[in-house]
Amino acid sequence: MSRAGQARAPIRPSAAPQPETAPTYTEFHPRWYRPPISTYWWLGKSAYVKFILRELSSVAVAWAVALLLVQIRAISSGGDAYTRFLHRMSSPWMIAINIFAFAFLMLHSITWFNLAPKAMAVRIRGIRVPGLLISGPQYAAWIAISAIIFAVVLTR
Amino acid sequence: MNTPMIEMQVARYSPERDSQPYLQRFEVPVKPEWVILDALNYIKDKLDGTLTFRWSCRMGICGSCGYMVNNEPKLGCATFLSQYLPGPIKIEPLRNFPVVRDLVVEISDFLEKLKRVRPWLIHENGNGAGEYLQTPSQLEEFRQHSMCINCLLCYAACPISGLDPVFIGPAALALAQRYNKDSRDEGAEERMAILSHPEGIWGCTFVGECTKVCPKHVDPAGAIQQYKLAAAMEGMKQFLMPWGHRQEER
Repeated sequence: MSRAGQARAPIRPSAAPQPETAPTYTEFHPRWYRPPISTYWWLGKSAYVKFILRELSSVAVAWAVALLLVQIRAISSGGDAYTRFLHRMSSPWMIAINIFAFAFLMLHSITWFNLAPKAMAVRIRGIRVPGLLISGPQYAAWIAISAIIFAVVLTR
Repeated sequence: MNTPMIEMQVARYSPERDSQPYLQRFEVPVKPEWVILDALNYIKDKLDGTLTFRWSCRMGICGSCGYMVNNEPKLGCATFLSQYLPGPIKIEPLRNFPVVRDLVVEISDFLEKLKRVRPWLIHENGNGAGEYLQTPSQLEEFRQHSMCINCLLCYAACPISGLDPVFIGPAALALAQRYNKDSRDEGAEERMAILSHPEGIWGCTFVGECTKVCPKHVDPAGAIQQYKLAAAMEGMKQFLMPWGHRQEER
């Protein structure tokens, strides 16, 4: 006897709520549900928030570069122009923006150095070099260059 | 001693009946050795036979039982129930995929993307017959990336996969890199032409969540960043030597 000829056992009713209207069947193709993505999807998880902050930190980098160019222009324009530049920089809102930008620059740099070991799979005698040996020298160079700049600025 | 019970909130969706998914509550016993998959099978056997979900091997090999467990992508067979006590546990279909029914997602888009990265050994003079010798250190180069079981947890964790439907995604890109690093393969140049595009490696913004959720420690994020570095080096070589440059023999 074929399977189709067998009497089928009754299907147990589902515990799910019963439909108010008759079910509508989609011919040939099931109707997929495509979950919508909220604009604020990145607020749902701390890792996503960190990622968005890291992406936003590029704005702070652009700000720092623009500021450096303006500073160089002021220096090349003579003493008066540079005094005006320093005066503008000492305004409270400019200090606040720069503190904010500095925090983002730190985030940008640290996440960049932490990325380096991921992107560089260096192997010596078949053994992968630990991440610390790749990011460590970069941190060391960063600290050393910062120290030299501090020394130059402070002993001026 | 009585077996503790835990509340499971399982996403239900019937394409013929529901306009969108809803959560259905079930009380499930928590046995020390039970995983999420055992709980789902308990529901199907004892409470509601209409619950639909994918599973097969029960041992983290087939990659079928990926679900969102309390908003985190997890393998149902590798996630113990007891760690969620006192509950509740919310089980939903993997994020960033269309839902076919209950916990079953549609994956044909991924399968098409997987094929596009050419995840097989490519030889310039056709498929060579015979043996290809490989040393253990050459194997180590790509072994980690070859552990992928296509469970798609990385796609559910990757926000770019959800936001940008053309992005090839973590597992497929990691697999491309797995073949690029294979000493027997000669297809790196061919794959680079396909993948060095915004929908390929450059679509990845290195959120890094794919690596965190991977149950096989494949490190797709690392594979993609290494691929980016190789592509950038290749681009630089072509810029510096525009008169003719050929990728080095691997």
